[in-house]
Order: sequence, then structure tokens, then C-alpha cells
Amino acid sequence: MGGRDATMVLLDENGIRCDGRKVNEPRRIMIKAGGLKNADGSAYIEFGDNKILVGVFGPRDVHPKHMSNTDTGILRVRYHMEPFSVGERKNPAPSRREIEISKVIKEALEPAVMLDKFPRTAVDVFIEVLQADGGTRCAALSAASVALADAGIPMRDMVAACAAGKVADTIVLDVNNEEDQAGQADMPIGYMPNLEKITLLQLDGVLTPEEYTKCVQVGVDGCKIVYDIQKKALQDKYFGNGGD
Amino acid sequence: MTSSVLDDLKKSQILELLEQGKRVDGRALDEPREISIETNAIPKANGSARVRLGETEVICGVKIQPDRPFPDMGDKGIFICTAELLPLSHPTVETGPPGPDVIELARVVDRGIRESHMIDVSQLVIEKNKSVVGVFADNVVVDYDGNLFDACSYAATAALLSSKTPKWNWVDDTPTLVEGEETPVPIATIPVSVTMAKIGNHIIVDPNGDEWASMDSRITITTDSDGNICALQKGGSDGFSQDDINRCGEISIHVGAKIREKLKQAQMVGQ
Repeated sequence: MGGRDATMVLLDENGIRCDGRKVNEPRRIMIKAGGLKNADGSAYIEFGDNKILVGVFGPRDVHPKHMSNTDTGILRVRYHMEPFSVGERKNPAPSRREIEISKVIKEALEPAVMLDKFPRTAVDVFIEVLQADGGTRCAALSAASVALADAGIPMRDMVAACAAGKVADTIVLDVNNEEDQAGQADMPIGYMPNLEKITLLQLDGVLTPEEYTKCVQVGVDGCKIVYDIQKKALQDKYFGNGGD
Repeated sequence: MTSSVLDDLKKSQILELLEQGKRVDGRALDEPREISIETNAIPKANGSARVRLGETEVICGVKIQPDRPFPDMGDKGIFICTAELLPLSHPTVETGPPGPDVIELARVVDRGIRESHMIDVSQLVIEKNKSVVGVFADNVVVDYDGNLFDACSYAATAALLSSKTPKWNWVDDTPTLVEGEETPVPIATIPVSVTMAKIGNHIIVDPNGDEWASMDSRITITTDSDGNICALQKGGSDGFSQDDINRCGEISIHVGAKIREKLKQAQMVGQ
């Protein structure tokens, strides 16, 4: 992971963070729906310095066959980081961290996707992190929702995701890599704004009960900002002039 | 542990009872199962515990040995916690590399203890940047009846509370054991994880095996001795409302406080 700069000011006296953002301000977010020819649906997201590509296939036949379920379709998610995506080269084999993140993203998407309409099939979501800079799981989840919608798979809602956290004793939105390394707490949240349901939630770091409640609120508000950008990405492709 | 017709029947029964505010085993919704803790169960380990949470049983052994520090953490000792399901714990468990469920289990248990800063790793340095003390807490599940997250967390915490670390001096560029000098592992706080399952619109604490197979989603929250929340993991294929999340936070603090007392008692009995 990146080196820690002991002199870095995480939050100055005017409430401005180390990368110039305000407390409740997310990093720059750009989402593009589509872009891959062969995938049934795809999306590309830039979330600060994170660059992530998502491709969706399916509903399609399940291989190996014993994984299929006669009552419902299944969702399979692979979250993978490229060897060149982080400071020091990462071993390309899936790490325990990547396996866990794949699982939590899968469980965050499952409530949104109407898999029961497609028994015996699989929907595969492939997430490739091209460049990582803190908060990849939230960026990946947001992009995966757009890619699933782009694939035309029936959904109850899109999952929008953003982290909140505690930096310099203050609850802030969208913790970046420096803040995560030096900060006090990081809470990634995945949220379906229409259904008002939290589908991804993790925390590491110490929070008082009051900070905990506030952190969830700040994160949910952040997800709503991401949600608007997700919708715009789909509108641009299907109704705008940015389509391809 | 795949779903079957039997599981569907069990689920409808569990849900029916919950509608009346009852649980299959007669517990209150926020009542964990009986916890029994036996410390120093494995004398050859530096610390150990055998924990039963209802019918779920976990053994944790702590091994403490000199190790090289992580490159950017030369002034800190190492703490690692693992968890493994033994094939004798359930008919569906097979040998081989761990699947995503077990990897998540081990990482969540490790994260809860690590993020609480239970072990003061700054006191576990033999020679800065060269040699530190490594504390390894390895959990093995020997019998399965749901909620391995909490069972493993209590076993690891109880084992760490009972652990004694040997002393090493830096002599001739190697860590050298000082015979007969053992001190308790430096403990800063006692983390307690509380796992809750959501079944229908009901939230229950410490789901047993049948409840585990029936749940829609779950949440594991770890609190420290000061009543702060220090780690959390949501799992399962459904979501929680924001109110649910806030309520689960409160439950984890008050249920956790009671369990913390049990862990302290076990530590005193062990001494």
C-alpha cells in the first residue's frame, strides 16, 4: 500500500480535506454505460483515481452444470485487480481479499436482480480493477449495477455505493486511499435508493454509537449522489447523444 | 449447506413462530445461546480456549513466536487470526482449500479483533525493524450449529486473554529465548462480536443452525470495552433498512456487554 506521509494534514481548519474536498463531497465520478462489444452489458467507472471496467454475461447456461438451480437463476461475481493496478505489483492470482469482496458484492447485487425470472441460468459479473485508489469495492458495485442494467436484466432497483468514514475525528463522505491509510474508520455502503435498503455494509475502525448512526446517514446520502450519476450514464447511452 | 424441501418447511415454521415473537428453541429475540468457555484446553499452546455456543463448538489455540515484521511496520508485532471448518464438524464440509464462506468467516473474525486494537502490538517488538513477536490465533470448528462468526470470535478472544507470551532478547542478530519469563499478552480492550440474522422483518441475535439456513441476511457487529463499534460485516442476499442498521448497533452494544462479562469471568477462572 501507499506510503504514509506523516506531515499530511487530513482536515484543515476550514474543513478542507487532503485532496481539496469538503467533508460531504465525493471524489469526481464518471460512469459510462456500455463500451464492450462482446459482453451483454458493460460499464466503466472512474471514481477519483479508481478506474474499473465491468462486463456482464447472461442469463446464460450454467457451467459447471451442478451449480445451476431449478428454482432461480444464480449470480456469480468475480472482483479482480490487475497486477499493475496498485503501487507494488500484485500477484495476479485471486487473493483472500478479492474472494471476500467478490462475495460481498454478489450479496449486495442479489436483492436488486430478479433472478427468479431465469431459473437454471447464471448471470456472470466480471469486475476488473485497472487502477485502485481506495474505495474500489464501492466503485465496482456502482459500475456493476449499471452494467447489469445495460445488459437488460430485470432489476428491482440499482445499487449505488459510496463509503463514509472518520478522518481527523470527523465523519466524512468517500474516504480516499490516503484517508483510509491514516484515517480512523472506513464504512463502505451499498444502497438501493428507491427501495431504501442497505445491501452492502462493512466497517473497520472505531466509532462511538452516535458517530455510527451519523456515518450510515452520510454514506446513504453519498449513495444518492452516485445513484443520479448512474441514471445519467444509462440515459446518455440510451436517450442521449453520447450513445454508441 | 444447500437448501432442501426440509429447509423450506423449517423456514416457514421459524417464520410462523417469529410472527408470534417466539423462536424455535424458546429464546428471546435478543438472547444468545448458552456460552461455555474452557480456557487452557490445549496446554502446549501459549493460550487456548474451547468455546461452545449452543451446539456450535470451536477450539482456538494461540501460538506465539518470533517473526520478521511487515516491511512498513517495523515497530509493531504481528497478530493474525484464522478460522477453519474441520470435516468432522458437518456432513457437508469437505477437505480442500477454503471456499468463499470460510474465507469470509476468517477475515471477519480477524478484522473484529484487529480493529478493536485488543492486542497492543507496539509492545511486541524484539528488535525494531528486525524481529517482532507474532501472535497467531487459529480457530478450528469441531461442531456446527450456526453462527460461527461469534463462536470463533469468542474462542479467539478467550484464548488471547489466557495467553502468556515468552520473552526473547536480541542476541547475536537472532531472537533468543529467555527461559522461565512469561508475561500475559498485552491486552487493551475486549472485543465482542454479535451476529444478528434478519428473517422476514424480524431481527434475532445468535441464529442457530436452522435459523442460519432460513435467514434472509445477517449482520455481525463488534464492539469494544468502551461500548464503541469497531467492525461490521453485512452478509446474505437481502438488505437492511437504515432503521434496522441503527437498531442492530444498539443491540450489539447491550448484548455484547453481557457476553464481555462472561469472557472476563472465564479469564479469571483460568488464572
